[in-house]
Amino acid sequence: MNFFANIWRNEKSREIIVQIFVLLCVGWFLSWLISNVDANFKALGKDLSFEFLFIPAGYDINQYLIEYNNRDSHLRAGIVGLLNTGLVAFFGIILATFLGITLGIIRLSKNWLASKIAYWYVEFTRNVPILLHILLWHGIIINTLPHPKKAINIGDVTFLSNRGFYIPKPLTEIGIELVYLFFVIAIIFSILFFKYAKKKQDLTGQQYPVIWINLMVLITLPMIGFFVSGMPITLEIPALKGFNFRGGMHMSPELAALTFALGIYTAAFIAEIVRAGILAIDKGQREAAESIGLKPSKVMNLVILPQARRVIIPPLTSQYLNLTKNSSLAIAIGYMDLVATLGGISLNQTGREMETMLIVMLIYLSVSLSISAFMNWYNNKVKLVGR
Amino acid sequence: MSSKTYKPGSYPDLPPPAGTVGVYGWIKMNLFSSISNSLLTILSFVLLYYLIDGIIGWFFLDAVFDADSKIECRKINDGACWAVITRRVGQFVYGFYPDAERWRIDISFLTMFIAFAPLLYPDLPKRKWLLWFSGIYPIMAFILINGGILGLSKIEYNLFGGFMLTVILGVSGIVCSLPIGILLALGRQSKLTVVRTLSVCFIEFMRGVPLITLLFVASSMLNYFMPPGTNFSILVRVIIMFTFFSAAYIAEVIRGGIQAIPKGQYEAADALGMNYWQKTRFITLPQALKISIPGIVNTFIGLYKDTTLVVVIGLLDPLGIGRAALADTKWNGLSTETYLFVALFFFVSCFAMSRYSLWLENKLNTDNK
Repeated sequence: MNFFANIWRNEKSREIIVQIFVLLCVGWFLSWLISNVDANFKALGKDLSFEFLFIPAGYDINQYLIEYNNRDSHLRAGIVGLLNTGLVAFFGIILATFLGITLGIIRLSKNWLASKIAYWYVEFTRNVPILLHILLWHGIIINTLPHPKKAINIGDVTFLSNRGFYIPKPLTEIGIELVYLFFVIAIIFSILFFKYAKKKQDLTGQQYPVIWINLMVLITLPMIGFFVSGMPITLEIPALKGFNFRGGMHMSPELAALTFALGIYTAAFIAEIVRAGILAIDKGQREAAESIGLKPSKVMNLVILPQARRVIIPPLTSQYLNLTKNSSLAIAIGYMDLVATLGGISLNQTGREMETMLIVMLIYLSVSLSISAFMNWYNNKVKLVGR
Repeated sequence: MSSKTYKPGSYPDLPPPAGTVGVYGWIKMNLFSSISNSLLTILSFVLLYYLIDGIIGWFFLDAVFDADSKIECRKINDGACWAVITRRVGQFVYGFYPDAERWRIDISFLTMFIAFAPLLYPDLPKRKWLLWFSGIYPIMAFILINGGILGLSKIEYNLFGGFMLTVILGVSGIVCSLPIGILLALGRQSKLTVVRTLSVCFIEFMRGVPLITLLFVASSMLNYFMPPGTNFSILVRVIIMFTFFSAAYIAEVIRGGIQAIPKGQYEAADALGMNYWQKTRFITLPQALKISIPGIVNTFIGLYKDTTLVVVIGLLDPLGIGRAALADTKWNGLSTETYLFVALFFFVSCFAMSRYSLWLENKLNTDNK
């Protein structure tokens, strides 16, 4: 008796006992779940198999980045869906970043009116569910924009209608290689020049207008290549044929609505992150920079932003991740992303809930785990070194 | 030249320079302090003018508040057609809950404020008595809304809908997820490897997948994991998923709070000879929860907004009701009106929550600044 009491009173042995107990409980619970699944599957005559992935999907997807038709397999349909998720996340992230950073800076500006407008934008946007944003934008595009016949015409090249947006599509001809070549040369030059200028500044303190020179080079060199090789890029302009537009690039109402909704919603969160990041920098840093006579733009670029970046990037990455996960709501408006293809139509057609949801969840899980691994790495890299 | 002389130290205060005080000074300082600033102001004014002009016209002046169909609306005026809302306002609030029984929802909703008041406002008079009411409120509300005993007729879950469903899902998710979130946060910080690993796995899994996939699991697969023949309502399954999902996020917020507590606090507690639970109860949680209030409220707001996702698995929350209304040929195409109305409801409730969190944060702030 005394022996057992002693084991329980000893911290080390008690910890081991508690852990074994927890492990047993969880193990029992899991095996209970698995046995239930087994019993249910037996009762329904189902089994766990991934062979359905290789049989023809039999449904159409209206938006695809790689070739797809309804005789392709479920696996390929899933990949098309995954690429569509990536596509909308890409556009959404670009929109959200630009809008969010702009709003965050306006929110901090000394202009009372502009700052208030940005404040109410943020409050109105982030307090309304993202699904509502998506449905609202989709509704606006398909219900209030005109038919293709009366499409809103922007300079005869871009058309907005309730069937989606039509923009010119660049077509390349022979000779385009020269433009590419000049572009690559321009990039190499600007990297080398950047390094040279930095080295020179470190050694002598002399500064070059690096950004402007590089921008000039990056624009003019490909332009020269473009004219020398005889203008090998033509724009295919969308034109009204019958009831719809032909040619050009087409952005479906679903893709447009999702991009706007995700971008605008996430921008509100990014604005707050940027604002908080800039405010987190100690007041003394700005005062010190001003007192040694730096211009306001230099104060921002050389003192505030490099420090704010450390605060901003981790939450920014997690907003990007949220945006990507939120894009799964595409299913509500019929945009064919990963959840809508593999977890939606494939699931309904094959009746394999367990397998499809497992795949979908694992894909999202691996994306988000790898991004958080990257974030941990970045945090460690930029962490202030304490002395 | 004669000038008045003053004794040292008795010179009267001069007025501040003109143009730095008063309305004029304020405008000059805040709106037109430089050329770029003035441009920004003018741009903002133009934007605001068009926005307000358009919004007031479309929302109120040209809007139609009662009509039988969209076509009739358009005949009367060309602004918003709010008739789609006014004709179905009962559905938007109560879903398909029987008309005669709606008083039960009203009472539950109003008494909810009495039940929450002592939890939300620590200085309330007679708080101890009210806390008893908060304790029995969940049982009372369940009986009232669900019925089946005490002579109240049983209401089936599939009749629940509208804003009432949003509030039920949101509040029960919030109430259940806080304790689980606290346990998970403690588990993640635990010395016991097994407990820590299990907590980390649970949290990372829940945070890594989109909520909508979890809801699909709840709607189509959860029954596979139960003994054959069990069947419990979709509402309960959805609440379980919401609870787990937001518990994982709350756990991360509270973990941040726990990690922010200075190490000296634990060492002091150890020096006093406190055991783990005493340390948690008296040292860790009071400080960690206080720091993490803004994060917790943000998670709650997120959960509340996420309740709209149930429309995808076929529950009739306000969005579901709205979509049903839009599917009616009479109201076809009035999506902007419908969704803006629902958006207004969410804005008001979420904005109120975030204001409360700001207030509480200031109140609990004991820093000497």
